[in-house]
Amino acid sequence: MTTARLLVVSQPPHIPGPFSTRRIMLDVLIALTPAFLAALYYFGVGAFLVTATAVVCCLATEYLIQKFLLRKEPTINDLSAVVTGVLLAMNLPSNIPLGMVAAGSIFAIGIAKMCYGGLGHNPFNPALMGRVFLLMSFPVAMTSWPKPLINRFSVDAVTGPTPLAIIKEGLHAGQPLGELMPKIPGYLDLFLGNRGGCLGEVSILAILLGLAYLLYRQVITWHIPVIAALSAFLLSGLFWIMTPGSTPDPFFHLLTGGLIFGIVFMATDYTTSPMTVKGMCFYAAAIGILTILIRSFGSYPEGMSFAILIMNAFVPLINKLCKPYRFGEGKI
Amino acid sequence: MSHLANFSKGLLKENPLLVLVLGTCPSLAITSSAVNGLGMGLAATFVLICSNGVISCIKDLIPDKVRIPCYITVIAAFVSIVDLLMAATLPDLHKTLGIFIPLIVVNCIILGRAEAFAARNSLLPSLLDGAGMGLGFTLALSVMGFIREFLGNGAVFGHKFIPGDGILIFILAPGAFICLGFLIALANILNRASAGKGRA
Repeated sequence: MTTARLLVVSQPPHIPGPFSTRRIMLDVLIALTPAFLAALYYFGVGAFLVTATAVVCCLATEYLIQKFLLRKEPTINDLSAVVTGVLLAMNLPSNIPLGMVAAGSIFAIGIAKMCYGGLGHNPFNPALMGRVFLLMSFPVAMTSWPKPLINRFSVDAVTGPTPLAIIKEGLHAGQPLGELMPKIPGYLDLFLGNRGGCLGEVSILAILLGLAYLLYRQVITWHIPVIAALSAFLLSGLFWIMTPGSTPDPFFHLLTGGLIFGIVFMATDYTTSPMTVKGMCFYAAAIGILTILIRSFGSYPEGMSFAILIMNAFVPLINKLCKPYRFGEGKI
Repeated sequence: MSHLANFSKGLLKENPLLVLVLGTCPSLAITSSAVNGLGMGLAATFVLICSNGVISCIKDLIPDKVRIPCYITVIAAFVSIVDLLMAATLPDLHKTLGIFIPLIVVNCIILGRAEAFAARNSLLPSLLDGAGMGLGFTLALSVMGFIREFLGNGAVFGHKFIPGDGILIFILAPGAFICLGFLIALANILNRASAGKGRA
């Protein structure tokens, strides 16, 4: 706080804000706690091991790179590497081999973050880069999902497809939607998290608790989550109205996959999201639309991580287009 | 410039792929294994040496306005030779490299060296320049292919050391970009180090 005061050069009076990088990251970690507890409840010891490995590897990578490659004071105390590690773990299945978790963590911090210059300079969300790296490198391990509530105390678990994969593969094989819907859990189970999927994405309830905390602490504003959810809902609703027999309804799209987790925790990352409210609205709407388009027409069952990364690439452009006018210039 | 410098500058200091950043399209596309990289590099080296030699001999006969079509014709002739030779002697490699062998015609390195070097120098320096540039390209492609094959497939020159799949992304396109980026960084570090030594 003292250094922050020395840097103030504008006219007084000033109101020192309570925010620091460490405090914001701590808030994100607190907001992730319900989702982590839900993951522990549904997936047991595997969830803990994956999260611990990711956090330790992210911290170690950041520390070693800063200490020995860049030869500067390590900044692991700002907790951003811990957040990256937890977010990465939340995007992985609970039975993935721990070596792969370590590889993903090293990629997320070493390549997606430090290669671009560290915190605040990375154009893409590091945790999502780690996830996509693992998804492309180890497609089998990344798409075998342990069933929830079974074998919680062993690392070997009974696996099954996610609801999105059931629908996608079923529709691809020509089965009618009416036969597929009974195979997926009911909407209450989907809301509580009793389904196969990544650690963090399964329990919508826990994610909404985290969202409420983030909004209460003013870490994020409501624009990105609400608008992204709305655009995904409207587009999938449109598809549902146009082809009722072969498209799942919009509530299914909201409740499955990583949509809610992504728009609450991944799309709202400060570094990789637009700076102005107008920009955030464009960005969020495009994420929702892209996710539904990939889910409906792409070859992967889930499109959340790709949608966010694609829009990350557009953020500099959005920032440029949505620059606020200075007082006294521009439109009258 | 001495003959040695004409030859050796292509290896690292002006490496066509890592410093001049030419010919990236075939480099990204075919370096999924070390053998592919080596084959592609040697094919390009052959064309580069021959076209540099011929162009340096006929440079005074070519009217300035139509020099690019003339260079392309010379290059295309040698590419056809390589293409047919490889089809006859190394059919497997020829099949893997596929369209990228005929595409050596439009490879920026070869036209670039013809324009920037062979058109202004006599026969021997041009030959040495072509050989140095070609071997530098071959070196870069082989190293890139070696790294990608090792990480992506757990194999070295086609011999599998680690059972099972490797980190598949390194055989796919994103791995090529990541690998190229790190090799360019490495070349920058080495060049900076040698430049610093030269000054001191």
